[in-house]
Amino acid sequence: MLLFATKRVARAILTVLIVVGCAFAALRLSSDPALVVLGPDAPPSAVAAFRAAWGLDQPLWQQFFYYIAGLLRGEFGRSLLNGADVLPLVGSRVLVTLEIMIPALAIGILVGVSAGAYAALRHNTPKDRLVMMGAVAGFTVPHFVLGLVLVLIFAVHLGWLPSGGNDSWRSAILPVVTLSTGWAAVLARFTRSSVVEVLGQPYIRTASAKGLLWRAVIIRHALPNAAIPVVTTIGFMVGGLLAGAVVTESVFSWPGLGQLIVTSVAARDVAVVQCVLLLVATAMVLSNMTVDFLYTLLDPRLRGGRH
Amino acid sequence: MTELASASAARPATRRRPIPRGVVLAFGWILLMILVGAFADVLRPYSITALDLSARLTPPIGFGGPITHPLGTDELGRDVLSRLIVSIRVSLLIAFGATVLGVFLGGTLGLVAAHFRGLIEQIVLMLIDAQAALPFIILALSVLAFFGNSLALLIALLALYGWERHARVARGLALAASTQGYMLAVRQLGAGPWRLYVHHMLPNISATMIVSATLAFPEIILAESGLSFLGLGVQPPMTSLGNMVGYGRGYISSAPWILLFPSIVIVITTLAISITGDWLRDRLDPTVS
Repeated sequence: MLLFATKRVARAILTVLIVVGCAFAALRLSSDPALVVLGPDAPPSAVAAFRAAWGLDQPLWQQFFYYIAGLLRGEFGRSLLNGADVLPLVGSRVLVTLEIMIPALAIGILVGVSAGAYAALRHNTPKDRLVMMGAVAGFTVPHFVLGLVLVLIFAVHLGWLPSGGNDSWRSAILPVVTLSTGWAAVLARFTRSSVVEVLGQPYIRTASAKGLLWRAVIIRHALPNAAIPVVTTIGFMVGGLLAGAVVTESVFSWPGLGQLIVTSVAARDVAVVQCVLLLVATAMVLSNMTVDFLYTLLDPRLRGGRH
Repeated sequence: MTELASASAARPATRRRPIPRGVVLAFGWILLMILVGAFADVLRPYSITALDLSARLTPPIGFGGPITHPLGTDELGRDVLSRLIVSIRVSLLIAFGATVLGVFLGGTLGLVAAHFRGLIEQIVLMLIDAQAALPFIILALSVLAFFGNSLALLIALLALYGWERHARVARGLALAASTQGYMLAVRQLGAGPWRLYVHHMLPNISATMIVSATLAFPEIILAESGLSFLGLGVQPPMTSLGNMVGYGRGYISSAPWILLFPSIVIVITTLAISITGDWLRDRLDPTVS
């Protein structure tokens, strides 16, 4: 177990390093920050001074080394545009994003898991098909279409809710509904197939054959076993929370992390983009790792690793 | 509605059962989209850049619009139907190209990993992990904004969407197949890697790879339309479905038809391909999820 944990953590750190390294190389090679910030008409002396000030005149590997050393000291770089420390900027946007993501995920899990379990327990009945049809529809409608249709109905025609911004809790309703629909749909499909599979297992037959109430069979034997793949899926969703709202935030002008990355990418603010990438990749890797550990906790058969 | 229900009802994979009506409908829609894409230049009544400033923002037929513009016009008087037809072609071409490239890339890497094992396999696995750790939309935003935008780059980038899943599938299949009798026999007979993989392995794993590709295809359509919606995908004067929705967003209260028609096409197309993909998976290979 300890060996598995050590290997898993080392692998996670290596993954983040690869992502950061690729991002660093790609961003540095693709554009010259000095020319972006100072403009193409800047005098060569100013460009040279800018490069020296930001350490851009050194070889790439050295820059990367300094960057990693800075990260270890907690320095995430300064915005090329205004020299502000990027971490507080990115951090504040993360909070704004989580304001809609956490309620959306909670609703998605609640609706999706219960709908999936409901459908599985009524396997191959019209109710099951109805729920699954809804799930397929919710899964294939892109966020921007759903969001815009919601705006069209609830903001433009009915005038009940604001179409964008984040002035009050009411402006969070439409983005939360948009985001939770997709998650609920995915989870409903997963939960259904997982519960259906578990219900076909011999231990379920044994449990009901020994005279256990059907309700007890479901609650004690079926659902805990069916939960394992569902928990995994939820884990991946948590990892994608930070990056999952780029399009939705754009539809509703919600000033979160997604909007920040769109604007900083457009402004070619390398430091901000890098910080966001690092953050997003770390969140993803951490949650993947947690899922792996959860696996071994939930399913004793897997002790020793998933691979 | 009932057609869709019967599609999911027909799960059990017995041989030679009739194709569910929902799948037939989905097939029909996909065929229609392919035909529209193929004959876009013949079908479109106007050029996509033809301006008609006297007929700006005319609503579709049935909402007070004239018959000359069945789906209405946008604020420059461009015909929505014509733009829709061309958008279908562009979006399908991009998604198709990206899917084929992605399956090729992922499949090759997966096979390479399974063939060489050892260090090379570890490197491929690390790449898969790194890709899985980086949400596609973030990657795409960064690359497109910093490298500029071209159609080739967009397709190449979208090919990165899902390659890690294809690679995992291919590696798993190849590892399983290499222990089977036929592979051992062919290897014992002295076949080289090319013969081994292309003539013997590929036919045996292709069904699953096709399923894997079909499942990725609608997601790539959604990814492309999402990027184009954000203004980072297909650039004007070219048009794509997502591009039309993003553009129509500015007229959501005055001319909702500009964004509604492409939205409907996106939703039905991805739905149709998903239904077909699910059905194919059940038919060809129930082990892929």
